[in-house]
Amino acid sequence: MMFFLEATIAGLLAGVMYSLVALGFVLIFKASGVFNFAQGVMALFAALTLVGLLQGTVPFVHTNNPDWALPAWLAIIITILVMILLAVLIERLILRHLVNQEHIILFMATLGLAYVLEGAGDLIWGSDVKVLDLGLPQGANDWLLDNYDLYVEKIEMVAAVTAVLLVTVLAIFFHKTRIGRALRAVADDHQAALSVGISLRTIWVIVWSVSGIVALVAGVMWGAKSGIQFSLSLIALKALPVLMLGGFTSIPGAIIGGLIIGVGEKWAEIYAGPYIGGAIENWFAYMLALIFLLFRPQGLFGEKIIERV
Amino acid sequence: MFYRETGQFKTSYDADQAVFPIFQDRVFIWGVIAVAFFGVPWFIDDYWANAILLPFLIYALAAIGLNILTGYCGQLSLGTGAFLAVGAYASYKFTTAFPELNLIVVFLLSGAAAAAVGTLFGLPSLRIKGFYLAVATLAAQFFIIWLFYKVPWFYNYNATGQISVPSRDLFGFRVTGAEARPAVEYLVTLSIVCVFAIVAKNIVRGHIGRSWMAIRDMDIAAELIGIRPLRTKLLAFGVSSFYIGVAGALMFAIWLGAAESGETFGIDQSFQVLFMIIIGGLGSILGSFLGAAFIVLMPILLKNMLVDGFAMTAVFAKHIEIMTMGVLIISFLIAEPQGLARLWQIAKEKLRLWPFPH
Repeated sequence: MMFFLEATIAGLLAGVMYSLVALGFVLIFKASGVFNFAQGVMALFAALTLVGLLQGTVPFVHTNNPDWALPAWLAIIITILVMILLAVLIERLILRHLVNQEHIILFMATLGLAYVLEGAGDLIWGSDVKVLDLGLPQGANDWLLDNYDLYVEKIEMVAAVTAVLLVTVLAIFFHKTRIGRALRAVADDHQAALSVGISLRTIWVIVWSVSGIVALVAGVMWGAKSGIQFSLSLIALKALPVLMLGGFTSIPGAIIGGLIIGVGEKWAEIYAGPYIGGAIENWFAYMLALIFLLFRPQGLFGEKIIERV
Repeated sequence: MFYRETGQFKTSYDADQAVFPIFQDRVFIWGVIAVAFFGVPWFIDDYWANAILLPFLIYALAAIGLNILTGYCGQLSLGTGAFLAVGAYASYKFTTAFPELNLIVVFLLSGAAAAAVGTLFGLPSLRIKGFYLAVATLAAQFFIIWLFYKVPWFYNYNATGQISVPSRDLFGFRVTGAEARPAVEYLVTLSIVCVFAIVAKNIVRGHIGRSWMAIRDMDIAAELIGIRPLRTKLLAFGVSSFYIGVAGALMFAIWLGAAESGETFGIDQSFQVLFMIIIGGLGSILGSFLGAAFIVLMPILLKNMLVDGFAMTAVFAKHIEIMTMGVLIISFLIAEPQGLARLWQIAKEKLRLWPFPH
């Protein structure tokens, strides 16, 4: 029973990590209808930038200059500024020219963007594996281990708390601020939003900046867990089943979808894995989401698809 | 000046329905085919065959397959790598289990196997649409690759987990294996690709292709005019996977000679082929060829230019290459979202008016 509980908690916490990535997808898809495949690479790029600033890496040369090393708070602020700059560039150079194109074209453009960012990240910061040291706690939580005999990773608890904070902040931002209302208006109907004087371009820059910051959070959490390297960008593939399950347009969906996928994956790994040969985590989440989708084609919380001729 | 259709009258239904109604187009296409069949084999060598011509032809076939599904029927799929793998592993199993079986039959059977798998994974398409479907096809991608890696029967229990092609002959010529001559490999691949391209061209302009396009443009309206969505979509999945399966078999047996499920047929392959049809042009057979040529040639050109031309180190050049590839893709999408096939069409229209454009 203890073991089952431990697996469930581990699954829930892993699910939160997936949700963090899925959130970035949802934000952009909701506001601009772009299925942003570059989200994973954005997380990688943000994490690389942060580590580079913390260690004082000289861009393009890849050597560390300790004099240039920045304190954590400054590095985080600069990284956020970099992500905002990136959002502005993406809007200027790509999105602005692709307005009104088909979804698949925009999707392919984000794939191209993923290539560019991947190359740029390696070029600027080097492609070796980096260790992210932000002072986040590592290892198991002693208190839970001693009193309840539960093994829970501290970093995952931090991630869970961060996710809760992030979602709360986003919810307040979306519901209580002027910009948030404008964002929701755009998500509802582009043309109607335009006609009441909301600038689509500004909104897109804001949305891409916000999801860049979400990518930074995801990159930090995943990077602290498993080091910062190219494989970090593959977390995008982990987030896709979460999106499918929760619905592409729903923020609560991304969270709950992540939890379901995380727990399902852990259970399957422990209880079904030994019978079918292990290493199933690559596809299990997709199959789970696929089965869900057969009953609810728009995901758990997605907008109902209404089709008219 | 030379590209005019003046004076070319259609006097029969056959002429009216020809694939290439304009005389100059026919001359051009026959010229290309003649050079490809009778000119190229004389000076082909190992490098040209393995680095350029074979990948181009095989990817073109895969791109036609994906174009049938995505370009004509409108079902976005990211499972191409998996269907290539099904074709490759099926050809391996067939040719090792029945060594006397004619290679052409092996290829067709591999296509059929891929078609069966593709139809199975096409079933959700009736309920799931758009990007949800694209992500659902990723389930096929990861599951099938995992299966080929986990079940040793697929690679005949050999220790490395790889499959490598045994030597096989076709009409007295060695086609697969190490001692096959590049010219023979090239001619076999070219013939198969040509036949399949012609068949595809005729499928998509017939009633089947029209029903696919109706489903693509608006599936509810198509259903109202009497097209059965399930049958039409599954047919598109089947035909598309058949093409991709044959391409996978060719890729493994003739081009690469050896393959490993995760390494050779990963998700990168799916994106690669998707790029080809987007850059070449959705819903165009010619576009599949142009897109394949672009994606196959561009990295080679870039690499030669960067490493030899600017004397960069290989690692540095690799990063620049990836970035340039991304920039090229984005700028292409911005400049001409309908792809190279559309550019070709525009060029032809310009040519008709040339030299007096007004």
